[in-house]
Amino acid sequence: MKNCEYQQIDPHALPTPTPTPPPHHGSDGDKKEEPKRPRRKWEVFPGKNRFYCDGRIIVARQSGVLPLTLGLILVTSGLFFIFDCPFLVKHLTSCIPVIGGGLFVFVVITLLQTSFTDPGILPRATPDEAADIEKQIDNTGNTSYRPPPRTKEVLINQQVVKLKYCFTCKMFRPPRTSHCSLCDNCVERFDHHCPWVGNCVGKRNYRFFYTFIVSLSFLTAFIFGCVTTHLALRAQGGKGLVFALQESPGSAVELVICFFSVWSILGLSGFHTYLVASNLTTNEDIKGSWSGKSGEDVTNPYSHKNIFINCCTMLCGPMPPSLIDRRGFLPADESVQTAGPDIELPTLATKSEINVCTQGTKGLLESATRSPLLSTSCPQGKPQTAHSCPDNSPTVNSDPSPELSTRCGGRHTASSQGDTSPRRHTKSHSKKSKRAALHIPNPAFDVPVSPTSPDAGPSSEARGHKGVSFSPLH
Amino acid sequence: VRLQDLQQPAVSSKVFVQRDYSSGTICKFQTKFPSELESRLDKQQFEETIQTLNNLYAEAEKLGGKSYLEGCLACLTAYTVFLCMETHYEKVLKKIARYIKDQNEKIYAPRGLLLTDPIERGLRVVEITIFEDRSIGSGR
Repeated sequence: MKNCEYQQIDPHALPTPTPTPPPHHGSDGDKKEEPKRPRRKWEVFPGKNRFYCDGRIIVARQSGVLPLTLGLILVTSGLFFIFDCPFLVKHLTSCIPVIGGGLFVFVVITLLQTSFTDPGILPRATPDEAADIEKQIDNTGNTSYRPPPRTKEVLINQQVVKLKYCFTCKMFRPPRTSHCSLCDNCVERFDHHCPWVGNCVGKRNYRFFYTFIVSLSFLTAFIFGCVTTHLALRAQGGKGLVFALQESPGSAVELVICFFSVWSILGLSGFHTYLVASNLTTNEDIKGSWSGKSGEDVTNPYSHKNIFINCCTMLCGPMPPSLIDRRGFLPADESVQTAGPDIELPTLATKSEINVCTQGTKGLLESATRSPLLSTSCPQGKPQTAHSCPDNSPTVNSDPSPELSTRCGGRHTASSQGDTSPRRHTKSHSKKSKRAALHIPNPAFDVPVSPTSPDAGPSSEARGHKGVSFSPLH
Repeated sequence: VRLQDLQQPAVSSKVFVQRDYSSGTICKFQTKFPSELESRLDKQQFEETIQTLNNLYAEAEKLGGKSYLEGCLACLTAYTVFLCMETHYEKVLKKIARYIKDQNEKIYAPRGLLLTDPIERGLRVVEITIFEDRSIGSGR
């Protein structure tokens, strides 16, 4: 009865039965020598992510509006350096391009890091683990094929927290973990899925994201200030603003972009500063998990009750490793003891504890005793430089482009992401503004998501005073 | 009885030691002794292994002066230091891997058990594989 459920191992991932396992070097040269080259784990990754540079770079399937974000930043900064800097250097100080350049570099680097870093994806449970958990659920008397949504309650710092069972990943989600339906992954300390950045924001890349929006605020404010000064200086002497704009048309473009962006970005930075200081995620803030709106006495069990410590934890704490090990090699000796051409998939007896594992035990011992694949692989997917590797041609928005526009459109009308500050009323000029208010908070928190759910379009849900839009679930 | 069966022990079952979230989201495993291991292992031995692992993970995630310094430095360089430097966490993970290997060699393998490094399971579980007790005379 359970055999169908646990076919998570891609049959193509199991290699041809070679009696001797290939030596594990972690080097690329071995690939050519084997009859079938050992595949890396990213090639069989079950989530909806795309990988570049042989697994070093990870992005969500839809790059969202990342090209737009990058384009806006590059264009605005480019115009700034071309049109405004020469004038300001001559009339004011040459520090201006230096500061501007520094900020620009900072912004671009942190943006790329946010986009290309694994946000804290939890690998899915192995079939044995899933069977083990299923067994426990069934022992409580439930004999249906698919157990109903199960929650487990744990006590964290004297606070009751419900852990939900994720049907896609076949495990109980750790606290603060949410399943992102856009990426089809469970992400630890899930904050939100950011389309501007084209990736989820979670435990591992939150600090990059925060640094990005803060530095972007500075950059936008700086450019805005410089452009205003520039135009003011040009318009001096009774020449008028129109004259100044005619002389420096690029500044007009910058002015418009910056004016509309700066409020949203500043608002977002302020909101996230509040979140960092109280050790909350956007997800929790929107759901009101710890605000006690249900009348119970609930406090955030993760907060250190000290703003300074909360900030330090989030931004300067130790960098957790990537759990999905993109660049490790798949164990190549997964044939059963019979080294025959047929490969047995794991068959799980219903009630007994005997599992026939497909991995040869030699492989088990090898995989268990070899050093973690992390140490052999390169750092976790940070881009080496700002270039994009052409290993796989990025199929940008091949299928979801109509969805994308509708989702953007849907979000534009739907409103803020639950920001508590009252400044968020700039909704009309959403095209140009970098409205990071369009972040999609976790769309899948209350309902289990089946792995085949496509993102068919936006649906809006009003949550009290905070109207946000979520991707649909079924 | 095939020659291969004599040489390779068969997997009898697997036990999964789950995470303990009572202290929050830090990586910590439950020290409750699973009943399936009763015939093979001392309770104390097991608890010691798990406790040491918990301590090592706590060390990796510890918020102290050194990690703050590393974090601040990283922030100032737009986190590009992560490209060239091995983080503190990664160093401790290597230590953990060595510890597990050591424990396997000394304690678990002689009893027909095998510890899997939790990092290979996404830090969700400590997987202990129980091999069938084959006393057919082949050198264990």
